[in-house]
Amino acid sequence: MPLAKHILWRVILGFITLFFASVLIFMMTNLLPGDPARAILGPRATPEKLAILREELGLDRPVAVRYAAWLGDISHGDLGTSLAGMQQPVTKVIGRRLYNSFLLVVLAAFVSVPLSMGIGAYTALKRDTKLDATATIATLTLSALPEFVIGIVLILLLSTQVLHILPPISRLDPFAPYLGQLDLFILPVMTLTLAVLPYIVRLLRASTIEVLESEYISMARLKGLPEPLVMRRHSLPNAVVPAIQGTAMQLAWLAGGIVVVEYLFAYPGIGSALVDAVSNRDYPVIQALSLILAATYVFLNLAADILTILITPRLRTGMR
Amino acid sequence: MSTPMENSVDLLPEGPEIPHVTASRRHRREWVQTAKAAWALRRTKIGVGLFLVILAIALFGPLIAPYGPTEFVGKPYRMPSATAWLGTDNLGRDVLTRVLNGGRTVFSLSLTATAVGMAMGILLGMFAGYSRRSVDDFTMRALDIVMAFPHIVFVLLIVAALGPRPWLIALAVAIGHAPRVARVARGATLEIVGRDFILASEMLGTAKWRIMVTELFPNITSPMFVEFGLRLAYSIGTIAALSFLGFGLQPPAADWGLMINENRIGVAVQPYSVFVPVVMIALLTIAVSLIADGLARAIIGIDRRTGTE
Repeated sequence: MPLAKHILWRVILGFITLFFASVLIFMMTNLLPGDPARAILGPRATPEKLAILREELGLDRPVAVRYAAWLGDISHGDLGTSLAGMQQPVTKVIGRRLYNSFLLVVLAAFVSVPLSMGIGAYTALKRDTKLDATATIATLTLSALPEFVIGIVLILLLSTQVLHILPPISRLDPFAPYLGQLDLFILPVMTLTLAVLPYIVRLLRASTIEVLESEYISMARLKGLPEPLVMRRHSLPNAVVPAIQGTAMQLAWLAGGIVVVEYLFAYPGIGSALVDAVSNRDYPVIQALSLILAATYVFLNLAADILTILITPRLRTGMR
Repeated sequence: MSTPMENSVDLLPEGPEIPHVTASRRHRREWVQTAKAAWALRRTKIGVGLFLVILAIALFGPLIAPYGPTEFVGKPYRMPSATAWLGTDNLGRDVLTRVLNGGRTVFSLSLTATAVGMAMGILLGMFAGYSRRSVDDFTMRALDIVMAFPHIVFVLLIVAALGPRPWLIALAVAIGHAPRVARVARGATLEIVGRDFILASEMLGTAKWRIMVTELFPNITSPMFVEFGLRLAYSIGTIAALSFLGFGLQPPAADWGLMINENRIGVAVQPYSVFVPVVMIALLTIAVSLIADGLARAIIGIDRRTGTE
């Protein structure tokens, strides 16, 4: 079946892209100037110590061999050993943080998608009113703001200067149940939500307007269906479809968005771990995290493409 | 982030009514038209006004600053007073002085990053769009590798390898932009390559690179200006974010992003040292986005008037 074949090809392409991305990650962290051993030991290290560490890190072997070994280890779930602090296995360093970040992204998605779709559809219904105009300006302004600016404004408003209702720092206690620490999630989730919201609002506003002008909506109205039912059964489902790809792309953006937002709130996830690893030049952790983030990003974008193909009849049947 | 402009590009009022006009002259008229239509929108005026105000602060701020950017004028985290109008920062330096000094790097780095990224992206995109199918596919697949990383992760990877240096940050942000710009440039190119005037040039035996420079490029400038605006807003945010993460400008430099990072621990005691640089960055990105939005709307408007589909 050509459709299945096409989708399979896209998935394979995704894996190929990711493979080359892993080569790029490895090259950047190995081939570029800057000696990892010297970076770890500092400028005053003796040549003997440097030589020992280089051997320990396997830096004396050819690059291709090292890359193959690295990829082999990854496929077994071994991400190497962190160079910083207690030299724990990378999997141990990032395991919990991976879960925390996953939680953060899922929460942000669950809040932002329905909220922004609702706002988008509502402003479309109220098209060309004052409310719509205000919302348009608000989303345009919000979409211009970098996420850390949104986060800092929220901290100023809600946890330091104006109100003091939320903690400005989200340092989760890993030994206590997260349900009791829900207040720590609010500001990071809010920041990510406000960052992805404007685009989805605009998408849904545009698609709803298009649907509302269609003949089947006029038909439903002429039939005498009550307006809420027209909205629920006819406009909303049809308006959501063209917005799915853009929405999924915004969720993929979260893979990068968490880096700054987690750092800002000291949230213990992989985003803040990446920032720490870059400051410490902790190469094994940098490699693992950038690969994980790239994989998430690639596959969420891929999912967006595939969903679009599946739900668009023209593409579904038009596939040769 | 993706742009809403990717497939709304059809600007050339082609047809027999303007014979013997070179592409560039025809384009110039169209570009003036776009700018005029954009200027008619209130959002463009507000955007340009805001942009000029902040640019003026960045350019002339250092000349009117009351103190030196690294001069200690009092105890750390003091609230505004007659001697320090916006208070002092984490080390007791004058916040107002550092705000006035902290804009030049923001402008120079983000403009450089955007210009370089646009140049690379346009070249790659036109090349891909005007090449044989196989070359096109190969180029775009290769660019997908850079696109596999969220922009900020890609920049962090380069910083991790080469260390935090301002020019490197600008270059890394530029490389991150390039494939995204290339996609838009390629899309715009593909819409034009089949047109008669391109085919005519080809039949006259004009070299491909010359067609790219004299025929293709002038006809994709309008969408590229919109793209430049969107990319610039994004560059400002990313470069400020990198300074905020500690990988951009290094202390004791005065830079809006760095100021936010240095002073955020004291935000409960002295909010101005964080709030003012945040507002500067926010207003700048808003200004640039407003201009880009005005241009984008102007292009769509022109489309409607000339009746092209």
